[in-house]
Amino acid sequence: MSDFLWLIPIFPAIGFLVNGLAGRRISKRAVSAVACGVVLVSFVLSCAAVVQLATMPSDGRYMENRVAPWVPAVEDGGGAPGLAIDWLFVLDPLSAVMILIVTGVGSLIHIYSVGYMWEEAGYWRYFAYLNLFMAMMLTLVLGGSLAVMFVGWEGVGLCSYLLIGFFYWKQDCADAGRKAFITNRIGDLAFVIGALTLFASFGTLEFRGILSAVVAGQGSVFLLTAVALCLFVGACGKSAQIPLYVWLPDAMAGPTPVSALIHAATMVTAGVYMVCRLAPLYMQAPLALTIIAIVGCATAIFAATIGLAQNDIKKVLAYSTVSQLGYMFLAAGVGAFGAAIFHLMTHAFFKALLFLGSGAVIHALHHEQDMMKMGGLRKLLPVTYAVFLCGWVAIAGVPLTAGFFSKDEILWRTFLFSPVMWGIAAFTALLTAFYMTRLMGLTFWGKSRMDHHTEAHVHEVPGVMKWPLMILAGLALVGGFLSIPAALGGSAMPFTLERWLEPVFEPGTYATAAGGHAAIGEHAAAAGDAASAAHEAAAATPHGSPHGEEHSLALEYGLMAFSSVLAIFVLWWGYGLYDRMPQKLAAWKARFASVHEVLANKYWVDELYDALVIQNFYRLCRAALAFDVRVVDGVVHMVRNVTVGTSYLSVFWDTWVVDGLVNLLAKVVRVASRGLRRFQTGVPQSYATVMVFGLFVLICVYMYLS
Amino acid sequence: MMFYLLASVCLGSAMMVVTRKNPVHAALFLVLAFFCVAGIYVILSAEFLAAVQILVYAGGILVLFLFVIMLVPLEPEGMRKPVRTARNVAWSLLSALLVAGVLMTFFRGAQPVGQGGSVDTLVAYGGNIEAVGMELYRRYLLPFEIASILLLVAMIGAVVLARRQV
Amino acid sequence: MPIPVNHLLSFSLVLFIIGMIGVLTRRNAIIVLMGIELMLNAANVNFVAFSRMHGDLAGQIFAVFNIVIAAGEVAVGLAIIIALYRNKDTINVDEISIMKG
Repeated sequence: MSDFLWLIPIFPAIGFLVNGLAGRRISKRAVSAVACGVVLVSFVLSCAAVVQLATMPSDGRYMENRVAPWVPAVEDGGGAPGLAIDWLFVLDPLSAVMILIVTGVGSLIHIYSVGYMWEEAGYWRYFAYLNLFMAMMLTLVLGGSLAVMFVGWEGVGLCSYLLIGFFYWKQDCADAGRKAFITNRIGDLAFVIGALTLFASFGTLEFRGILSAVVAGQGSVFLLTAVALCLFVGACGKSAQIPLYVWLPDAMAGPTPVSALIHAATMVTAGVYMVCRLAPLYMQAPLALTIIAIVGCATAIFAATIGLAQNDIKKVLAYSTVSQLGYMFLAAGVGAFGAAIFHLMTHAFFKALLFLGSGAVIHALHHEQDMMKMGGLRKLLPVTYAVFLCGWVAIAGVPLTAGFFSKDEILWRTFLFSPVMWGIAAFTALLTAFYMTRLMGLTFWGKSRMDHHTEAHVHEVPGVMKWPLMILAGLALVGGFLSIPAALGGSAMPFTLERWLEPVFEPGTYATAAGGHAAIGEHAAAAGDAASAAHEAAAATPHGSPHGEEHSLALEYGLMAFSSVLAIFVLWWGYGLYDRMPQKLAAWKARFASVHEVLANKYWVDELYDALVIQNFYRLCRAALAFDVRVVDGVVHMVRNVTVGTSYLSVFWDTWVVDGLVNLLAKVVRVASRGLRRFQTGVPQSYATVMVFGLFVLICVYMYLS
Repeated sequence: MMFYLLASVCLGSAMMVVTRKNPVHAALFLVLAFFCVAGIYVILSAEFLAAVQILVYAGGILVLFLFVIMLVPLEPEGMRKPVRTARNVAWSLLSALLVAGVLMTFFRGAQPVGQGGSVDTLVAYGGNIEAVGMELYRRYLLPFEIASILLLVAMIGAVVLARRQV
Repeated sequence: MPIPVNHLLSFSLVLFIIGMIGVLTRRNAIIVLMGIELMLNAANVNFVAFSRMHGDLAGQIFAVFNIVIAAGEVAVGLAIIIALYRNKDTINVDEISIMKG
């Protein structure tokens, strides 16, 4: 199987080519079949690959597929070898989790899209882009080096742009796509700087090589911290953290399944994946991890507050996504990489579910997205309501749902790191529960605020959209059991995600590979000692080892209970509020009007960016335009004038000199001939005269000479 | 002495020939010139040649001239006054130069004529005619014959050219 | 009294020149022919003078032939003039300029 890893991203790529080139001409059924089919094939292949991985011993779960060289190695003759990149795909426990999420949730969303996008123009284009996105995302997670990962990284950014701006004739969609792409790009710049610094230090971009070198002690803490922060900025762009999160809410202009897939389940998680992939590196740079934790925490609460005051159903979910991503980075920042990935997985389930559910609502209401115009849909859309309930309880963290297990693990690990941050994170969880309840309330409970025309046409989703929703609802409820924490008996379970992912974050895993990579050769002997030293060092820092040992069980139970109670209380209280007492809400809104104003306007961050950055950038652009028009065009005009002038010279030369010479020649001949013609008198006597003359001259000459 | 007299008469009549408007006058002056030349031949002890000169030139050629002059009428308007054309100017120049040359020749010193072999030849052959005859029919027989053929050809040519075209 | 040969030569030269002047100047074709005769005669005088100087009869012989040639040439020339007169009705050499230009 390791030789066929490359097939996993290739199938969606084939789907992209087929739909992209021929999609316009084949029927919608064919397009759907191709698009969903290739993703399902990838899913099956991914399952097969993961199964095979699982059969390998737990400390050696690693499959490599080096397909072909991309930038071939060049012998430098004495110096360090130049940049050599291979098309390298790697499967280890972490990427296994990722490909299952991507292909699994991805195929569900593809099937859902068949129903959602059926009446839209450019059906084939949508699926072509979606398949391309899948191919790129799979390249990203299967990539064995920063280079291959970056190909996927850029590719998903491109697809995000294409899909957000799918309805390209609408100005706000086009603008949103552009905003997403540019904001991503800013992060990508930092990513590239980090990656190339790593290459300069360690001579390779492959993960194994880099991590072996890091674990063996190469690279100063300063260097590693700088690199880690650069890469994290790239992750901020991709995963919408402060300050580069502004594109995600605007991205909701795209079709809802796109929001579900790209902006909830997969693309935005790429940043988290990258940080976790390079976990040993981050563990050598504790300052970077602390900064990540702070940024994650801040983003979580910041986005949650904004989500409280949004009226667009998708915008609420968007800010919720930003907030949950903040949680993931918080987890990574406190050293709980496994928890971060676990939350990534559960979030993929319930957020995709919520987005698809909102898609069902929007679809039913004929593209009405303003929650203020909804209400009372509980009776009208029973299936949608049911799945929404599942998502609601999952995200709030009601015990035994998927969200409960993953969020609780993060809260516990945060508490171990810093109780203050735990407080903030717990408050954020409260806010999360509240705004989700608000969403449910405005949409499904209470009296209907829809206009009659829309209400008359409300209809439940078709089957093709229903089944993915139900599968996701099921996963949202039970997915948490994949990783029961040790405190609740997880050690007894045959499988927990934490245990499965452990080897990936353990520095020791990379120490053994140190000898096999050319760039790190000289440290091979000391690798073993250095690795264990790194391990102890990591354990000694406040970030704790990935294992999360040495804690008090009672404390953990207590915190767990506390957050559960909090969540359930908010849900129950909110239900009462929204279902039966909407007037109380109006009163509160009036009292806190100024606060509401700030939150509804998202703290005017976009306006701030616009004033600080964008306007200045436009000024620069206008200056460049002025330069181009005046200087560059001026040079061109000058050249033109010079040419015209010299052409006049040419004309003059040609008319007077060249033609003049020719005419002169003719004139000379004419004049000479006129003169010479007079000799031809036709009278022999004149000829004879001339002859006598000549004879006389000859005689004189002869006489002179002799 | 005789020679100079004859020479000047000859030159004078030659001038007349060239300048007379009336061709008959010119022809008569030409006859005079011929006679003078014949006289000069006699002075130079070429008696045969003198006789031939008179016979052929004065008697034949000149008569021919006169015949043709009679056949061809004069131009009614006659000779125009000579204008200073380029030809005439060139001409004058040339003649001036030639005169200069002539004078140079005249005043150059040279050996006198009248001594030498010709007297002996004369004595040997007993007179000019015999001498010429001897030379002509012995050494120069071929040219003589050719000359006769030439005369024949000329005669035929003249007849052909001058006949009335039918 | 022997005559200096240069006198004879100069005489013949002048005669020749006169004849040439006549040839080149006169428009009447007959007068032109007369000029030619004068030139031939001058050449004859030259021959005879040198013959006398060298004591060689070749000069006189040649002079005889010269006379013969002159006679033939005059005959043909006059025949041409007559033919010319018949065709062009003029013997003015200036007017017979078909080869002009």
